[in-house]
Amino acid sequence: MNVSTTLVYDGSFNGFLTAVFVAFDEKINVADIQKNNQSQNGLFSESETIFTNIEKAKRVWNGIRNKSHNAISNVYFAFLSETESVEMMLYTYIQKLMRTKSGKYLDYSDATVLHIAQLARKVGREKHRMEAFVRFQLTKDNIYFANIEPDFDVLPLISKHFRDRYADQKWLIYDVKRNYGIYYDLDHVEMVSLNLKDIHHNKTVKSNAFAPEEYEYQALWNDYFKSTNIASRINPKLHTQHVPKRYWKYLSEKKEAV
Amino acid sequence: MNFDRIREKLNILADAAKYDVSCASSGSNRTNKDKGLGNASKMGICHTYTADGRCVSLLKILLTNHCIFDCAYCVTRKSNDVQRAAFKVQEVVDLTINFYRRNYIEGLFLSSGIFKSPDHTMERLVAVAKKLREEENFNGYIHLKSIPGASDELMYEAGLYADRLSVNIEVPTISGLKLLAPEKKHEDFTKPMEKVKNEIVRYNSERKIIRSTPKYAPAGQSTQMIVGASGESDKDIMYSATYYYKTYNMKRVYYSGYVPVTHDSRLPAIGSQVPMLRENRLYQTDWLLRFYGFSIGEILNNQHPNLDMEVDPKLSWALRNLHYFPVDVNSADKNLLARIPGIGMRSVDKIIKARKFRKLNWDHLKKIGVALNRAQYFMVCDSRLWERRDLDADKIKGMILQNSSGKFRNQYITQLSLFN
Repeated sequence: MNVSTTLVYDGSFNGFLTAVFVAFDEKINVADIQKNNQSQNGLFSESETIFTNIEKAKRVWNGIRNKSHNAISNVYFAFLSETESVEMMLYTYIQKLMRTKSGKYLDYSDATVLHIAQLARKVGREKHRMEAFVRFQLTKDNIYFANIEPDFDVLPLISKHFRDRYADQKWLIYDVKRNYGIYYDLDHVEMVSLNLKDIHHNKTVKSNAFAPEEYEYQALWNDYFKSTNIASRINPKLHTQHVPKRYWKYLSEKKEAV
Repeated sequence: MNFDRIREKLNILADAAKYDVSCASSGSNRTNKDKGLGNASKMGICHTYTADGRCVSLLKILLTNHCIFDCAYCVTRKSNDVQRAAFKVQEVVDLTINFYRRNYIEGLFLSSGIFKSPDHTMERLVAVAKKLREEENFNGYIHLKSIPGASDELMYEAGLYADRLSVNIEVPTISGLKLLAPEKKHEDFTKPMEKVKNEIVRYNSERKIIRSTPKYAPAGQSTQMIVGASGESDKDIMYSATYYYKTYNMKRVYYSGYVPVTHDSRLPAIGSQVPMLRENRLYQTDWLLRFYGFSIGEILNNQHPNLDMEVDPKLSWALRNLHYFPVDVNSADKNLLARIPGIGMRSVDKIIKARKFRKLNWDHLKKIGVALNRAQYFMVCDSRLWERRDLDADKIKGMILQNSSGKFRNQYITQLSLFN
């Protein structure tokens, strides 16, 4: 009998793709794919540590992409959802995908396919939300700074959007939950990690890290937000459905509500 | 910048602009050029939502609320006693740029009361857009209001800078227009629309030959109609909307439940309820026409001049046309699938892809996201269970209403009260 193996990788997407490569290459009977900081040995399986190899990861990436563009984005998006044991589900998905000839594996009556598609959709929604809910504040050293706390790890996904849009200003978007950010220095975007003592979410107290006119514009924006409301159509349920409360603390127009 | 004065003006002029429903920022493909500021997102982004649940995507303001007209439905009408203000061109530009840089908005929606003359007003609107594009290298979204009666030359120029242009016809019928806005002629509204439409067609055909042809209003035109102000039927509204979609290639027609803003014997009194449910049903109909392959005569006609408020227009069409049903989801074509109540276009798409692999049963359909509470009466699938009873339209409607709850239910259920 083929002994099943648990693959342990470093938690990065490339690491995961390498694990998939190794599994296919060595025809491993995979019991599970786990991140190294949360790995658990199974009773009847061995474990093998995977060292991230960009070349191998790239081959898997291209292999999936050649089958279907839709599939590779589904895999990447679903991976970023950080859902527990998503790796094994993705592995099954990739296996099924590779078995098809056409690559058009869109069997929504299959539980794995549907679930991956739904996960990817969730992450896509969060990405779109972050493109909307980032609120830059201008610091004294002329950097537009924003804190976010997204449900999923969407920073790699939104970087292009912001780079294309704010090409002529320096900006920094920092994920407070995952403790890293992306910084654009008018040339390219890089990953940074800061030691933020003071997380700059909405406080009515003014911080002197920000440019003096920053609070004037926030006040204008808050006024604008209030005056566009039509009182006779009030619908709080719809409002919170569109702007869920967990995002409020970083939205300056919600400053008073928090 | 004098922030206090700007604040005052913004409050007045944003408040006056809020009755314009359109806040779309989608449909434009403008990209960032020369490392400038902004790019348009094809699908549009709603940056926040007001307490009434409407999206805030653009900085929607009037240039001024001084107006020489006296249209009964309008809050900035000449005879209405409200505070008046006007922005300078540079002030609007600064506000837009600074809001945009902070990721508050997708762009600018600039409308205006008509001061002096339509041309004079339109010229100012164009000046703002021109300044944003040429001096600030701003590539975000700009939606300009075409002022009724503006000249062709100005409308042409507007399209060069704006992503979308719109004229609100507001009153769907010509007789209603005579009653509520006697100073305006129907042609004043349609003339700018016609001009912009022709230019868009011309630019698109030129682009086929010369790829570098500049953009001309890439997000097209839209218009808006007030619902429930002049006593028109749903049929009047939707036939009129269809006319604008067809004749002027409108991207969108918006329906705005009339919010009473002035005392006028021709209009609903202040404090009367905004017809939100009706508005909702009209939008549903609009979607059926644009995406589901329905034609207007099927939904609204002389026998049925108004939409059913209790159930959505698709269900109500299905109940009138039971002879099309039940439909077999495993074999029916796309058009027919789209006509089953409870199945939306996303589900149609998934069903068509999934049924190539296996026959679908109730379980699959539920997981795909079909609203079975409605769909079950109109379809069969790979299961021995289906609705075998010979139900008539009223029975089906009753059962659906009984087993579901709508957010507007309290508005149309008239339960008899025991004690009065």
